[in-house]
Parts: sequence; structure tokens; C-alpha cells
Amino acid sequence: MSAEQISLSHVSKVFSLGEAKVKALDRVSLSICRGEFVAIMGSSGSGKSTLMNILGCLDTPTSGSYSLEGIPVEGLNRRQLADLRNTKIGFVFQGFNLLARTTALENVELPLLYDRHRTTANPRQSSIAALERVGLGNRLDHEPNQLSGGQQQRVAIARALVTRPALIFADEPTGNLDSRTTLEVLALFQELNREGLTLVMVTHEAEVARYASRLVELRDGRLLRDEAIRNQRNAAADLAADEAGGIL
Amino acid sequence: MKWRKLISVALKSIARNKMRSLLTMLGIIIGVGSVITLVALGEGSQKDIEGDVASLGTNLLMVRPGSTNSAGVRGGAGTRASLTMDDIHRLEKSATLLRSVSAEIRENSQVIAGNNNWNTTVTGVAPEYLAIRNYQIASGSFFSDRECKTRAKVAVLGQTVADELFPDQDPVGARLRIRNVPFTVIGVLAEKGQSSMGNDQDDIILAPDSTVLFRLSNGKTIHDISASAISAEQMDAAKAELTTLLRSEHGLAPGAEDDFVIRDQTEIIAMATRVTGTLTLLLSSIAGVSLLVGGIGIMNIMLVSVTERTREIGIRLAIGARPLDILAQFLIEAAILSLLGGLIGILSGLGAAWGVGSLLGVSAIVNPAVVLSTVLFTGAVGVFFGFYPARKAANLNPIDALRYE
Repeated sequence: MSAEQISLSHVSKVFSLGEAKVKALDRVSLSICRGEFVAIMGSSGSGKSTLMNILGCLDTPTSGSYSLEGIPVEGLNRRQLADLRNTKIGFVFQGFNLLARTTALENVELPLLYDRHRTTANPRQSSIAALERVGLGNRLDHEPNQLSGGQQQRVAIARALVTRPALIFADEPTGNLDSRTTLEVLALFQELNREGLTLVMVTHEAEVARYASRLVELRDGRLLRDEAIRNQRNAAADLAADEAGGIL
Repeated sequence: MKWRKLISVALKSIARNKMRSLLTMLGIIIGVGSVITLVALGEGSQKDIEGDVASLGTNLLMVRPGSTNSAGVRGGAGTRASLTMDDIHRLEKSATLLRSVSAEIRENSQVIAGNNNWNTTVTGVAPEYLAIRNYQIASGSFFSDRECKTRAKVAVLGQTVADELFPDQDPVGARLRIRNVPFTVIGVLAEKGQSSMGNDQDDIILAPDSTVLFRLSNGKTIHDISASAISAEQMDAAKAELTTLLRSEHGLAPGAEDDFVIRDQTEIIAMATRVTGTLTLLLSSIAGVSLLVGGIGIMNIMLVSVTERTREIGIRLAIGARPLDILAQFLIEAAILSLLGGLIGILSGLGAAWGVGSLLGVSAIVNPAVVLSTVLFTGAVGVFFGFYPARKAANLNPIDALRYE
């Protein structure tokens, strides 16, 4: 099994604000393998969002090279990037980013409707399966405003899963959630990760990062730290403990 | 994305802002509605005029006497008593481009039948007059050459005269007196209605030309000659032949002025067509301007909609929509908005055309080609004015769009 899914080498990203040039990323090299659960940390302005955008094929690097599953990303046009996002990547955002006044099922189905290659034979069936996978099989026809924050985030995760992507990027997925739903979402992530899905999660909370298997820390656009997390926490266990504590 | 899906997404978004969508469409509705109304009424009134003119007679040529000229003082048209039955005989004998010729000898007189009386025009004509002037017989029969030769005292009544003189009785076979000459009614003409000039074409009595000429009139001059050319294409040639024959019959020297005037209905048709054509064009261009304004309204609302839905566009782009998908989504929305407006416009236009038409007594003719081209045009308006906002949406940067508040 070719383990390496993401390979960044010497990637820089420069934004020009008028005269001034801001180096958001400075020669970052990173390699992520199948089955990893990577947390990217850093304070605001550290370049973690820029890194996420580049990894997620929403943006292209100014210099350096990036290949996703062996496909060189730099030099692809907007259309090709869109196709890559559609087939290889699933996104989970801080603000959930579901379409308003659109049912959970339709939201999950959306990426499949943009799939030109029709890799999924039955979009409706697959979407229902994805929603059942995140435990929302009984909320198919609910619209986002009828769902709680945790439920909305789980719809977003179902939407990310439905295309059977190579990996999922989560940008501050727990930023808008209370501690309990945070644990629920992290438990779901860990479960998916155990099933072999690669996860990359941007967060600024060290507490949340401890549920990942590897920590990447950025500061001022440079890679500060890249290490495996010893004694990774188990979200499901913490959730059970929390419940027990609640009863007592 | 599939077309069906794109259309349903567009419809959903239009339905979400019903009032706004309706107001956006209003410009198109008014524009299309007025185009349909005006074109329908324009074509209808043109047809009406053509019908009126045709009811005067097919390929009709009318000869009237010229004006008098005594010592330089000129009378009006028709004041000269220059036409006689000899002209008729000459035309019947020598004309090659005329299908038929009839004299018209008109006498205004009081007509009495039983207790009723009525003042009308008695016109002496040849049997061919019926065909020349497009009259139909409703009941009874028309007179023939034999009645003309024998100066028979028979009359055929127009519908108005029949109603006035014989209110509750079949006039055929009845007797009436014209200037104390007894006549027998042998037929009634079918109703023809008002002419485009507004006079009642049914307020007439027709009788054999010789009867009127010798029993009611002065036995010499006739008022008009009606003739029909053999075909519409030969109208000008027939007119020229008529002129030559009458000039030779009247013994006019070359260079002398005609002592008669020939008129045909092509001039009348041409004038009427010009007038209605100009009006239609003028009003249609106003309608065109309102379509343009409607299109700009659509562009405006689509721009608002793109801004409003920036986040939605960002989400769609992030999960893999190609820029072309976004372009198609907004173009289709604009086109549907415009087409929907067009459809409502067509329906209200048809209603208005029918309403105004029956109010003014003009017929409204709906031309399917006009309706179809209007539909296509509104679709094109939607696509044209929707393109700029749609392109703006498609060119959004997904990162910025996702962050848009």
C-alpha cells in the first residue's frame, strides 16, 4: 500500500497587500500517510488556514510542489481543482456551511450531483447511507435550522463522506460546539479514522488536538513542530466518563 | 449537474422570494404583454381594413366624371356629366383586361311600401354589379340582362331598406313605389355592414340600369362606372386600357385633360397599411424599450442574488462545483425568471388584446409566430442580462466566498 497521500515540499505562499508582501507560508514540507489523524495547530496568523486551503485544493502555492495521491496539484486550473475537490476530498467547516432551507438529505447529495464521472451509482441511496453512518438516519428531511449544532456538523461530515474521499479536511470542526458535542464529533472522527480514513484537522485548541494521532504546529508560516502524539485520548471513553460524571 | 436538477434549483430559488421575483418579472410582463397586445390589435385592424376594402369589390376600378370647367371656374369631381351608356357599351365591346363593367345611375328618392316609407338611394346597375361589388343575394333573385333590356320594374333591396319598409314581412314578391313608379321586389341582398368610411352599405335599392335611367333619371347621363379587372396583377394595365378607351370614346385630343377620374382600392389599402404599420412599429418600439428595462431589472436582481448567496456559491465550489456549474445555475435562474415573465406577459397580453379589441370593435389576431418569437426573445433577454451576474458568481474565489458574511 502506497502510504503517502499528501506530499508537500518547500511550499510557500505569498500574498501581496498593495506594496507589502506577506509570506503566509515559508518553505513548508510535510508528508501525510494513509490512516493518519493529523491535527494542525497554531495561533491566528500562523498560516494554518493558508496551509489548509492549499491542502484542500482551494488555493495553489506560490512556489514549491504539492501532490495529492500522486497527482501534482500546482498548475491545475480552476475546473481541474474543482474536480479534485469533488472526488478526492471531503470538507468539514467550523460554520458547518450547509445550504439553508435545504434538507439534510439534499445537502449530503450535493457533491454527488457535481460528480461528472458518476462514480456513485445511486446518489440518493448513498446519501441516506452516509447520514445513517453519522447517526442521522431519522433526520433526512430536516433542514439545518431544525437541527442542533452537533447534528448540523454531523450532516456536514456525512456530506464529506458521501463521495468516499481519500481524506477529510476539517477546519476548526468543533469551534462552534459545546464540550459535549465536541466530544461526539471527535468520537465520530476517531471511529472513521480507525476504519482507515485519513483526517487532517485544523484547530487552535490543544485539548482538541490531543485526540489526533499526530501534531503539526505552525508559527509565522514555518513548521515549528511535527510529532506523534503519545497517549492519544479516546473521545468515546471520555464521552462515557462525562456521562457517568453527569449522573453522579 | 443535470439539467433537471439545475432547473429545480432555479425554481426553488425563485419561489423562495416570491414577491421579489414577481416584481423583477414585472418589467418583462409589461413589455411582452404590450408587444402581444399591440401586434394582435395591429394585425387585427389591418385585416379589418383589408376586409372592408375587399367588400367594396374585387379588383375594383371606379370611374367618376371629371370636374366642370366653365370659363376657368372649376366644379368639384363628379360635377361634369361626362359618362353615358355609350361608354359602357364601348367598354363591354372593346376592353380586354376588364372582367365585367356596370353603370351606376343613382337617384335619391322617397320609397313607399304600404304604410311605410323611407328615403334611400336607388341605383341602376347591370347584373354584373353583384359580382363586381361582392354583394350576395340573401333571398329571392337578382335581375338579368332580359330585365335590363325590357326596363323591367323590379328591385332588389338592401337589408336596411328591407327592414325599414317591410318590418314583419318577407319583401320578396311585395310591391313598392319609387317616385310613383310601381316596382316588384324580387330579391334581398345579404348584409354587408358599414364600409370603412362609415356609411351603411345596406341602405340601397338596386334596379336594372335602363329602368332607373329612363324611368327615374334623365335618360342620358350615368354617375359612375364600376368595373373589375381580370386580376389583381393587371390592375394598372386595366386602368390604362380604361383610360385609353374612354378618351377615344369621348373624343379627347391628345394632351387634353381627362374628363373622368379612375380610382382603385389599392391606394386605400396601401394608405391603411402604412398607417397601421407605422403605429404598430412605433408602439412596438416602446414595448421593446420596456423589455430592455425589464432585462436590466433582472440583471439588477441577479446581482443582488449573487451577493446574497456568496456563501452558498462558496460551499458549492468547495465541494466540487465547477465554475461552469455555477454559471449555468445563475444563467438558468435568470432565463427562467425572464421566460416566466414572458409567459405571464403573453397571457395577459392576449387577455388585453381580446378586451381592448372587443371594446373598440377591432378584431385581435394572434399570430403564433409572434408568440413564439416573443418567447425566444425573452429567453434571450434573460440569458443576456443574466450573463454578467452569473459570470461574477462563477468567478468567485471559493475561499473568499466561504468567508463572506
